Amino acid sequence: MNAAQPLVSCPEDNLDDRALVARVARHRDREAFQRLFLHFGPRIKGLMIRSGSDADTAEDLAQEVMLTLWRKAGLYAPERGTVSAWVFTIARNVRIDRLRRQSSRPYEDIADLQLEAPGASGEEETEMRQRERLVGQALADLPAEQRRVVELSFVEDMPQAEIATALGLPLGTVKSRMRLAYAKLRERLETVK
Amino acid sequence: MTIVHHPDNATLVSYAAGSLDEGFATLVAAHIASCDACRAALNEIEVVGGALLDTVEASPMSPSSLDRTLSLLDEHADAPAERVEPRAKDTPPGVPRPLARLLKGGLDDIAWKTVAPGVAKHVLPASKTARSRLTLLRIAPGTKIPDHGHGGMELTLVLEGSYRDVFGRFGPGDIADLDEHAEHQPVVDSPEACICLVATEAPTRFKGFFGRLLQPIVGI
Ligand SMILES: [Zn+2]
Ligand SMILES: [Zn+2]
Repeated sequence: MNAAQPLVSCPEDNLDDRALVARVARHRDREAFQRLFLHFGPRIKGLMIRSGSDADTAEDLAQEVMLTLWRKAGLYAPERGTVSAWVFTIARNVRIDRLRRQSSRPYEDIADLQLEAPGASGEEETEMRQRERLVGQALADLPAEQRRVVELSFVEDMPQAEIATALGLPLGTVKSRMRLAYAKLRERLETVK
Repeated sequence: MTIVHHPDNATLVSYAAGSLDEGFATLVAAHIASCDACRAALNEIEVVGGALLDTVEASPMSPSSLDRTLSLLDEHADAPAERVEPRAKDTPPGVPRPLARLLKGGLDDIAWKTVAPGVAKHVLPASKTARSRLTLLRIAPGTKIPDHGHGGMELTLVLEGSYRDVFGRFGPGDIADLDEHAEHQPVVDSPEACICLVATEAPTRFKGFFGRLLQPIVGI
């Protein structure tokens, strides 16, 4: 790192992610946006670096994600997922758009469909918070080999075949680890249903 | 549309992660567009992305980045926050939205090219960096595809008609997510032709004798 003074986020930021996003959506609240930026910006940049971007590109992509958050704050549906999950999906889509230049926009099409059916998987907000906590726990409790495969997919943006090559495993083993990880997650989530 | 066959959970996880190549991602999205179960599963898996984003090692932004971003907000100042994104309303019947972007019209407007008796195909556009290919296949009623295995990942989504094989009956909306060990002999059992979307890795690595025989057909 150079002498540049790093921006730090305040620790209790994520307690009211939802309230902050709502303030951005309803009141175009710059201060709320700033807090979201300080919390998520460095994490998105970290994610982009882990998936292969150089630091400058990663920062550029992080800014783009945050600008998208500003524009689309009104589209965030709390009953469908956590703010972190929503920010992840924006980052994922920006990553795909910028790095791959796809001829189709599958994720946007699905997101649009979800908008047409508001509350399709409607849940109480408290239930969503509980769900968030359970997913975090389930991830932490995964056997290291399963967690690794999930991380390589989400964070490092690696296709299954690439993961297989990187870990020296048959493709089938990579797939079964992903299935097992998903099954454990489901099992954990069943407890709130 | 009653959907019986869904993508493998490993495929859904990769889709949620964003790590499926575009052809596969488009095909899975085309399934999810009409599958409430997979859409709900997707929402669940995306929470994993959020949890990982919370734990990923943060990389400090440069000191000017916040000011720069805040100054860019002004350009978006008049964009109402609650605005709903424009949608592709005019999707032709039977064509899922993610696929509609790649077609000029409906399934009836496709310029089919016959590649084998009873089998016609149409290769869909892909971006230069794509490592997967999307192909539409139209297979005449009663056509039997010879017994074969698959090289690499291959997904099939039925759009119209149906076929039957050792894994069951596949109708509109159903996905066949076959791994490289799967062998089958699909037969079109609908009175009309079976039209399906097939995503394969490019360049397609067909294995074995039947694989090479099927190379010009590509798919199911
Ligand atoms: Zn499904
Ligand atoms: Zn096949």
